Amino acid sequence: MAHVALLARLELTDDELDRFCVQLSVILDHAGALQNRDLSDVPPTSHALEMSNVFREDVVRPSIDRQEVLGVAPESENGRFKVPSILGDAP
Amino acid sequence: MSTPSDSYPRPALEIASLVRSGTMSARHVVEQCFARISEYEDDIHAFNTLVKDAALHDAERVDRLVADGVDAGALAGVPIAIKDNMCTRGIETTCSSRILQGWLPPYDATVVKRVREAGAIIVGKTNLDEFAMGSSTENSAFGPTKNPWDPSRVPGGSSGGSAAAVASGMTPLALGSDTGGSIRQPAALCGVVGIKPTYGLVSRYGLVAFASSLDQIGPFANTVADAATCLQIIAGHDEADSTSIDKTPPHYADAASKGVVGLRIGVIEDFLSDANPGCVDAVRRGAEALASFGANVDDVSIPELMDGLDAYYLIAPAEASSNLARYDGVRYGLRVPASDVSSMNNATRSAGFGQEVKRRIMLGTYALSAGYYDAYYGQAQRIRTLVARAFSRAYERFDVLLGPTTPSPAFGIGAKISDPLEMYLSDLFTIPSNLAGHPAMSVPFALSDEGLPVGVQVLANALGEVDMLRVGAALESAAAPGVRGPIEPRKSTGAVR
Repeated sequence: MAHVALLARLELTDDELDRFCVQLSVILDHAGALQNRDLSDVPPTSHALEMSNVFREDVVRPSIDRQEVLGVAPESENGRFKVPSILGDAP
Repeated sequence: MSTPSDSYPRPALEIASLVRSGTMSARHVVEQCFARISEYEDDIHAFNTLVKDAALHDAERVDRLVADGVDAGALAGVPIAIKDNMCTRGIETTCSSRILQGWLPPYDATVVKRVREAGAIIVGKTNLDEFAMGSSTENSAFGPTKNPWDPSRVPGGSSGGSAAAVASGMTPLALGSDTGGSIRQPAALCGVVGIKPTYGLVSRYGLVAFASSLDQIGPFANTVADAATCLQIIAGHDEADSTSIDKTPPHYADAASKGVVGLRIGVIEDFLSDANPGCVDAVRRGAEALASFGANVDDVSIPELMDGLDAYYLIAPAEASSNLARYDGVRYGLRVPASDVSSMNNATRSAGFGQEVKRRIMLGTYALSAGYYDAYYGQAQRIRTLVARAFSRAYERFDVLLGPTTPSPAFGIGAKISDPLEMYLSDLFTIPSNLAGHPAMSVPFALSDEGLPVGVQVLANALGEVDMLRVGAALESAAAPGVRGPIEPRKSTGAVR
């Protein structure tokens, strides 16, 4: 469970980990009946519509204003989103 | 005492006709709407955000069009509530989550643009289960919405705010989204009409994504005719949504007048065995009414549909865990400061998401993780194929299918919140249509022993909206007196008026 939390970028409290362990087991057990069925000859469906790639002409047109987008970001600088340091200590 | 010509609430089509003819101003309608909201909103909490000034401003624009003799649109002056997971430019859009609290979208969702262009007046954003994950609206970061029929009960979910707003007559129309039943289930529990259209019929551009292969926007209304009119406005191709169907939708408003003579209607037996007696009885009486109107009604067993729930609760969380990766504290919404990016991401997500969202992200991440992918997600996708095939077989024999919308009427606030599986089971009958991408609607039809509304669900094949609406309108005409909203909501116990 702690590994899954790491993959999901969540910091869970011990309390949350315990609770989710129990609850997810119940849900996965309910789905357990599906596991044991031989469906190897059934193709998977990932999407309801039979639809392949949708193309359109690549036409230049107005997009959402950059300042408006940056204006609702937690932090921005010089027309870009700003984040804390990614590699090592901040300069 | 208001005269009949000045009453509110009233159906959307009546309002539009009065406003278009210049008999009543849109401004007056909006003022009546907000008077109704002030009366009941404190008790019901249908809304996260109300935008009275903007609504009055929009109403004046509609009134000017009418005065200038310009067509003000099919929904001219009609107040509409928008579920708070659809982007509204400059109006806070939260998904009832702390992680998006305060976010002002820089653009309108396509559906928002379309209802505005049709003259509708947006009055506010309605409460939902956080990111539309839930069946009771209790998972909102901003507190639950109450059922207008009984404030001790849930309105259903996730579009509980939209359903409650329409049921209580605060607005004649609302938009919701339906991923596993989130329009139909609250519609049933609140006694209103709710439509989940065919996947791809209505643009999802600007709908905050939950499970992209299942999500679909649709209308709530007190009458089938109002819902059909709203569907007409929002349906149709949009190149901003690559899954949008590139076809001109048929005319939905005519559907009601076509009757049901000769329509082949199948009652899904498998749903009846898992529903409580009141819900079964409503379906049986609905089927009898349809037969008396000239439809050919027969029972049909489609056991594969009952496997849909387990498949859904792997597929939807899997898609959600991927879609919600975007909430990382970088581009919008909450940021919890930390010294490096990954600590900032983790701290932001942990503080911003509520319990149900975390639970589904965990479930989805697990179902997609190495070693479990085939056993869970892969297997669920194969079940999805079986559900779609089973529907196809049934639609060779029937034009439309009928069943209960929910296993029971509205349950109590708190009754299922600590048992996720029990909560998920309330979507048992709505999920199969999402998996197959088919349209389905809930029509208020009967009252339970406790006096709560019971919905009958009408399911149709892909793009079968017209036949679905024909049956919906026929059911509406045979529904129990008193089940059709809007109602005068029951105030919370102890509230002094």
